[in-house]
Amino acid sequence: MNSSAARPESANLAAASLLPKRNADAILAGSLKTLLLLLLLLALVLPLIAILSQALLDHGNWAGSAPWVHLIDNPNFLPMVGRSLGVAAATALLVVPLAYLFAYGLQRTLAPCKSLWRGIALLPLLAPSLLPGIALIYLFGNQGLFKEWMNGSIYGFWGILLGEAFYTFPHALMILLSALSLADARLYDAASAMGASQWKTFRSVTLPATRYGIFGAFCLVFTLTITDFGVPKIVGGAFNVLAVEAYKAVVGQQQFDRGALIGLLLLIPALLTFGLDSWLQQRQRAQMSSRAEVLRPRRHWRRDGIYTLILLFISAALLLMIAVAIGASLVKLWPYNLQLTLMHYDFDNMDGGGWLAYWNSLRLALGTSIVGTVVIFTGAWLMEKTRSSPWLGNTLRLLTFLPMAVPGLVLGLGFVFFFNHPDNPLNFLYGGMTILILCSVMHFYTSAHLTAVTALKQIDPEFEAASASLKVPLWRTYLRITVPLCLPAALEILRYLFVSAMTTVSAVIFLYSPNTVLAAIAVLNMDDAGDVGPAAAMSTLILLTSLVVSLLLHWGLGSWVKRTQAWRTAGKQH
Amino acid sequence: MKTTVIFKLLATIIGTGALLSAHAATTLTVYTALEADQIKAYQTEFEKTNPDIEIKWVRDSTGIVTAKLMAEKANPKADVIWGLAASSLAILDKEGMLTPYAPKNLPSIDAKYRSAANPPAWVGMDVWGSAICFNTVEAQKQGLPKPTSWADLTKPIYAGKIVMPHPASSGTGYLDVSAWIQMMGEDKAWAYMDALHKNIGQYTHSGSKPCKQAATGEFPIGIAFEYRAVKTKKDGAPIDIILPSEGLGWDIEATAIVKGTKNLDAAKRLADFSASRAAMEQYEKNFAVVAVPGIAKPDPLLPADYEKHLSKNDFVWASSNRERILTEWSKRYESKAEPK
Repeated sequence: MNSSAARPESANLAAASLLPKRNADAILAGSLKTLLLLLLLLALVLPLIAILSQALLDHGNWAGSAPWVHLIDNPNFLPMVGRSLGVAAATALLVVPLAYLFAYGLQRTLAPCKSLWRGIALLPLLAPSLLPGIALIYLFGNQGLFKEWMNGSIYGFWGILLGEAFYTFPHALMILLSALSLADARLYDAASAMGASQWKTFRSVTLPATRYGIFGAFCLVFTLTITDFGVPKIVGGAFNVLAVEAYKAVVGQQQFDRGALIGLLLLIPALLTFGLDSWLQQRQRAQMSSRAEVLRPRRHWRRDGIYTLILLFISAALLLMIAVAIGASLVKLWPYNLQLTLMHYDFDNMDGGGWLAYWNSLRLALGTSIVGTVVIFTGAWLMEKTRSSPWLGNTLRLLTFLPMAVPGLVLGLGFVFFFNHPDNPLNFLYGGMTILILCSVMHFYTSAHLTAVTALKQIDPEFEAASASLKVPLWRTYLRITVPLCLPAALEILRYLFVSAMTTVSAVIFLYSPNTVLAAIAVLNMDDAGDVGPAAAMSTLILLTSLVVSLLLHWGLGSWVKRTQAWRTAGKQH
Repeated sequence: MKTTVIFKLLATIIGTGALLSAHAATTLTVYTALEADQIKAYQTEFEKTNPDIEIKWVRDSTGIVTAKLMAEKANPKADVIWGLAASSLAILDKEGMLTPYAPKNLPSIDAKYRSAANPPAWVGMDVWGSAICFNTVEAQKQGLPKPTSWADLTKPIYAGKIVMPHPASSGTGYLDVSAWIQMMGEDKAWAYMDALHKNIGQYTHSGSKPCKQAATGEFPIGIAFEYRAVKTKKDGAPIDIILPSEGLGWDIEATAIVKGTKNLDAAKRLADFSASRAAMEQYEKNFAVVAVPGIAKPDPLLPADYEKHLSKNDFVWASSNRERILTEWSKRYESKAEPK
């Protein structure tokens, strides 16, 4: 197919043109990479420098410790740091064991309906972090379904703990699923041959093999919780935490310096996690040797039964939160008038931005997913499959990993300081949709990039070599071979970016203008105004939109994708 | 230092990129603390006579709009402020951020409800005052007697049952605090707030939320304002509206033109409209007292002599002491932020 496409050109060109052709490819790849580097500098590095200098400089001079002293001088500040650390650690201690049990049930037992449980457990990813907060008010608030259980104490520590547990569960689960996915069956055979009990086997084989995953999940949950302000904003009550304080300082009191300082503090756990995690990953490489045999769980009735109950119980708890939020959006006046109504969906008569917010969110999600997929996938391909000077490749590699270590709140503030600077010629972007798309693409860059890299690594590098020797231009190889081969990964990136942009609050909260108000932000504003029903309604709408788009991409495009992927199974049949 | 170099570099690269913003109709950026459910009617009425002016709203609660305007002092983004507390506008006036203007209907505006200067820096629209939303169903269930005064709210029986707006972010919160201090004197007022703080379940961001929370019984007593109380009751919530016997805190919602606006003519037309009879008839639908006397009709849910319930209020005092009071308030009540 490709050789025929290249034939007319090769007929017309002399053999000596091989060199310029190669050069054209190199120039194309080089300039595209430079463009990517510029983009990352502009939308990632410079905003981060901006927030650093905002926090650390005073009119261009080193501000020293003065701003920090001023920050800590406030008697409310250190207790607040303590509360933030405490609730984040408590959340991690609650979520990681639960997620471990869940992942163990899915990977190491023969519990039934695994894909159902898995699907339910990933549902929280489709909702903004405000949804669990709202659900908790209806469950355990002073007028909640189970108000006797908490007796009003849901506002504060317990509310944040439970809300964040819901929000972070799927994140921890994904890490632990992959940690538990592979195991060397020989170790388990050896353990059982030596007569080790199940508990002993678990302690000496399973646990050590997954300790990096546990650690990674713990750090991720901790970081997500300490930097999230959706849940504490809604059910935090008087339990002030750092993330809400940064939000209040900037959005409420226009104290940008204070916001920047707290933002930097929130960067610390994220950077520590990132550093430790990459160090640990390097150490973990040698875990599975080439001789390992893949462990397949065997039927074990009692264990399978217990794990089925665990899966059922956790899934039910997650579903209950979602069901309560949906129910709250449909009830006229909780708890006095339980008539069903759609009046809470009449967003135009409420605070928050009305239906415009919803349409804006759709625009943002579409823009982010399309632009993001093209940029990130092409970027990953350029980095994996084309050659360039080592410094360019290394710089790009470093920069594509940076977003993972930067919480949305910090990135959003950086964007404010950089793009809203009166001297910045890009200032006109401020307040528009473009800046929101740019910020969202950067915010979710790393995960999408890693998905693309994994898919690209599976493609034989011979394709590029063969095409080059056939004198097919680089871009044609990319569009006609690489992209179709990697279609599932590209669609997964598209889905991930869409859902993330639909649900995110943390980065964009600092960047929206009245014309670009977003659905998740509307949820926050409606709750502020006391319209909890409409806030639940908008959360429901976000969840349903994410769900529909995910299912469409999964089923609707699934069959079409399968046809392009026939090569994967074809090879395995003989 | 270094940043300016980067920006200059960027400027040369992008060149004329920023020139792409030209509009046919005049767009006014209007900052407001009006309630979302009021804005639409006001805007429709304005557009009837001014179809060539498009309004771009920036809406938030009083404290936040004020903070935003102060933060943008060097480079104001707003053209007009339509519907912000007079105590906030007085601060902006003191900072020299407003352009005085006498709207066409000024002679019929009550002298109490405009700034004293001539031409006035701000012109009132309506008066909003505090009101307590009291959930009767929950009261019966929990055996709570109906409070009738501010003093009643400090009784131990209401512990954890009361919500009020945060005075730093909400204009309604501040007018209460300012009224208590003016009515009781500094020392007694702070002692009162210390006692009240023990009963407060939550300080909310907006002035409407306490009444909405009272409506659902989440917290049975909400210190809010009369527009939201009346609206919530009309929507079917089981609440009584209580006007505390000592007198109500109140403030004026007012309009002003921001100094440095590039659309001065359009801004003046909006200021004219805001003071006009047509606008007052819109305000009247929501408030018991409007700036032009004789327009407001009594609301059956509020006493006919509502205006007499308003306490004595010195705006100059309320605005010049705002920062000091809020700092003291935050020191006293935000540090006690223990989980409840």
